[in-house]
Amino acid sequence: MRVFYRRLPKFQYIAVRSLDEALAFLAEHRGKAKVLAGGTDLVPQLKKREIELPACVVDLKAIPGLDVISHDRQSGLVLGALATINAVGQNRVVEEKFKALSQAALSMASPQVRNRGTIAGNICNAVPSADSAPALLALNASVKIKGPKGERTVPLDQFFTGPRTTVLGADELLYEILVPNQDRASRGVYLKLSPRHSMDLAVVGVAAVGLLEDGICKAVKIALGAVAPTPVRAPMAEALLTGKVITQGLIDEAARNALTQCSPIDDHRASREYRCDMVYAMTRRALAHIFGR
Amino acid sequence: MKEIRLNVNGTEYDIAVRPHATLLEVLREDLGLIGTKEGCGEGECGACTVIIEGKAANSCIVLALEADGKEVTTIEGLADGGKLHPIQEAFVEIGGLQCGFCTPGMMMTATALLSKNPNPTEAEVRDAIRGNLCRCTGYVNIVKAIQLAGKKMQAGGATEGRTS
Repeated sequence: MRVFYRRLPKFQYIAVRSLDEALAFLAEHRGKAKVLAGGTDLVPQLKKREIELPACVVDLKAIPGLDVISHDRQSGLVLGALATINAVGQNRVVEEKFKALSQAALSMASPQVRNRGTIAGNICNAVPSADSAPALLALNASVKIKGPKGERTVPLDQFFTGPRTTVLGADELLYEILVPNQDRASRGVYLKLSPRHSMDLAVVGVAAVGLLEDGICKAVKIALGAVAPTPVRAPMAEALLTGKVITQGLIDEAARNALTQCSPIDDHRASREYRCDMVYAMTRRALAHIFGR
Repeated sequence: MKEIRLNVNGTEYDIAVRPHATLLEVLREDLGLIGTKEGCGEGECGACTVIIEGKAANSCIVLALEADGKEVTTIEGLADGGKLHPIQEAFVEIGGLQCGFCTPGMMMTATALLSKNPNPTEAEVRDAIRGNLCRCTGYVNIVKAIQLAGKKMQAGGATEGRTS
């Protein structure tokens, strides 16, 4: 049985006041430091001795302005690394224009956890079932990363490399998530299947964002969570739909095609077969929702 | 050890804490405020819920150092001297508890909810306490008590006790 310690292991703690200070510290303590934002993943992981124990924890919360949630016509939605799950989920602009993201945020954990946990932390922790990931993938988000060699912007579909692993280096920080503006008429949804109402991980998560004009699909993005080593897009299913007249038959075909992106695990939450069946059912439901059928 | 300043239930504490101490440990062991309970210890059950700067949080997964300079309200901060807070009155009247272990956390979550939404529906209460587990499964009366508390606070008790 897994050992659970009630006490945290020993570590040093530093609260940095700027990104540069944080980066300098990470460079100096390469691989020995862990970044702390909300701590709702990090602290339980440390209590469970689930990750390599850090010599030092670097708290970002004192960095001014890093909790920004802003939106404008040019840059779209900008989420700072400290924007909490609740702040994003309850933000009116996010709810109106980026529905899939607010649904994903509010499907997570509990109010207590959402008050502290951050969307950026959910992304960096990179579990395959992270709820915000399919929503952000379907919204074509990218992340801004700063490191000793400068800044880079990485599309989210190139960010995840495996379960709990990403392209983020030990001396780098993800400091911003960018979500481009969506067409005004586009619709989005995030559907989460989990046995329990709350405090539960997704068995399957499906996000879809699409634009329908005169019955024709102008654009669509589909993303799946908890059914592959990383959250994934379903590009072939998207291609099947794009430019076509949307019918129930086509939605069915696309939903079946989405299965080709899946290689789900078989565990106590759900069998592989069940997850696959649910990817089909939920992708179909998500597409029917955004295309109003 | 690091020096921090905590404002707990209106009292300032200057206190030296270990970097790896949780807020829950400091509240219970250093300040002797044992009303806040430790359940799962990993942010799942809500027994350790306190209010930090107006927002409910699981104190078992918050480092004490993260609360430096912040205002914290615990279950001990609800009653005004000998007079119970309307939330406590409502839990007593309805019988919104069985073994009582989840009760402090439930009341703090209720405090955070009612400060924003004084008249919640049953569905809103259930959604708000989704991170508070009651192993006795006494949810029906807990929900009723929180709704009654909202009514009591609106009827005049709203300024009593510490609600933020």
